[in-house]
Amino acid sequence: MISQNLSAIFYLISGVLFILALRGLSSPETSRQGNFFGILGMIIAITVTFLSIGNFSNGFVYVLIFLLIGGLIGAFIAYRIPMTAMPELVAGFHSLVGLAAVFVAISAFLNPEAFNLGTPGNIKLGSLIEMSIGAAVGAITFSGSIIAFLKLQGIMSGAPITFKGQHPFNALILISIIVLVYLLCSTQSSNLFWILLAISFLIGFLLIIPIGGADMPVVISMLNSYSGWAAAGIGFTLENTALIITGALVGSSGAILSYIMCKGMNRSFFNVILGGFGATDQSSESTSKNKEQRPVKSGNADDAAFLMKNASSVIIVPGYGMAVAQAQHALREMVDTLKKNDIKVSYAIHPVAGRMPGHMNVLLAEANVPYDEVFELEEINNDFANADVAFVIGANDVTNPVAKTDPQSPIYGMPVLDVEKCKSVLFVKRSLSPGYAGIDNELFYKDNTLMLFADAKKMVEEITKAIN
Amino acid sequence: MEIDPFIFRLSIFILSIFIGYYVVWSVTPSLHTPLMSVTNAISSVIIVGAIISALAGNSDSIFNTSSLFGFLAIALAAINIFGGFLVTQRMLAMYKKKKKNK
Repeated sequence: MISQNLSAIFYLISGVLFILALRGLSSPETSRQGNFFGILGMIIAITVTFLSIGNFSNGFVYVLIFLLIGGLIGAFIAYRIPMTAMPELVAGFHSLVGLAAVFVAISAFLNPEAFNLGTPGNIKLGSLIEMSIGAAVGAITFSGSIIAFLKLQGIMSGAPITFKGQHPFNALILISIIVLVYLLCSTQSSNLFWILLAISFLIGFLLIIPIGGADMPVVISMLNSYSGWAAAGIGFTLENTALIITGALVGSSGAILSYIMCKGMNRSFFNVILGGFGATDQSSESTSKNKEQRPVKSGNADDAAFLMKNASSVIIVPGYGMAVAQAQHALREMVDTLKKNDIKVSYAIHPVAGRMPGHMNVLLAEANVPYDEVFELEEINNDFANADVAFVIGANDVTNPVAKTDPQSPIYGMPVLDVEKCKSVLFVKRSLSPGYAGIDNELFYKDNTLMLFADAKKMVEEITKAIN
Repeated sequence: MEIDPFIFRLSIFILSIFIGYYVVWSVTPSLHTPLMSVTNAISSVIIVGAIISALAGNSDSIFNTSSLFGFLAIALAAINIFGGFLVTQRMLAMYKKKKKNK
């Protein structure tokens, strides 16, 4: 058994290692080392916990058994999960962190002596506040992430679910959570604790159902942040530095990602959280009706191959549709063929392309696209004017020039890729249907746009054949 | 008057938020997905609390209501720790630079 002071120092070390783990992600070269630091920090934290308890009784075996069971499940998932399912996986993992926080809080509430927090019914006030905040945030993270998971997995429709009086109702629940925490602290009643957990689960569920599919990048980042705050709340209860540091890191990380995602859509955080695009916007329906009859140019794989073969530079704009069609490998093969013909190819990634931050980058990396050919919006946007062909595959709203020209449009002001400045635009899409924002894409009707109506993967494969 | 230890923990918390703020802004956008999976893994350090509560029971009753929640939390956090770190590693292994000899 080691002293409390010594174990506190080790917890501090593992907290520092977690900071280094995130620091490593500033570039792909250092990232693998960063991940190693993270693993090391975790090993230290767990080992020190065992040593500080020093109670290697029968219970210890069961701890190892549960650890092993969880570890095997986790490792199995990590190796089997396809990269396209990463958003679902991350949402699922968030829900587990949330639930684990809830369980630890319940355990501490039932047996406060184990953590030196007082006796049941007479828990220290500060600890009780920290515990109930940790439990409530954990519960919200859990049920919210479950909904996000179901929506991303397609088990639940991605469409926003709204009902009358939703916002007042949610506000009422949030207020009652605060009241309950107050009452819980003054009465120490375990019934109140269970009620608090129940309505926290409920509000997590209610907060996420009105948010639509394409806003998922914000939701996932937000839940990431919540899981951090829940961990920090428990960290205060347990007086554990590693947990406090980590909670703060994860909390601010998720908050920053949410901010970046909101900025990528030019929407305020509250606008996203308070409900989907389609629900509030009545004008979109009428505008899309007016434009239904406008002519578009559509072509086939041979036309596309001809255009690209005669180009000297091509910019590829991938979006969620590429992930759905699993077209990333076929796309890279097409690019290889283009490169053989001495055509310069780069990739342009919009911050909110896909269903989670960095979604497209991971898919391209999976398909062996070197990361120095992949560029962010600000880095590449000026290059469109000099490029010959823009190849839009599975993206839509993020290329819509309306965001720059029409102040009436719901996406006005959103940063978009200047795809229309290219000499010609190839747009792979299954139909003319509008994108997530429910608005027509002006790009479809431009003279220099050629629509390629097909499944993304099939079309890309055909183009590759046609070029050869 | 002595300072409440809570204040020290609060200081650590606040300063860590600032560290997180600056560290995360320096993360390159192309690694935002690994960032989420690794933050997931490290926030499962909550397993520390789970272990303490699981082992809190005495030898006569290893499984009481309180420790049972601890054991369940261990399993959940372990899924996250192993799954999170391994999937991050898998993703990071895919990020390659352009080959120069082309």
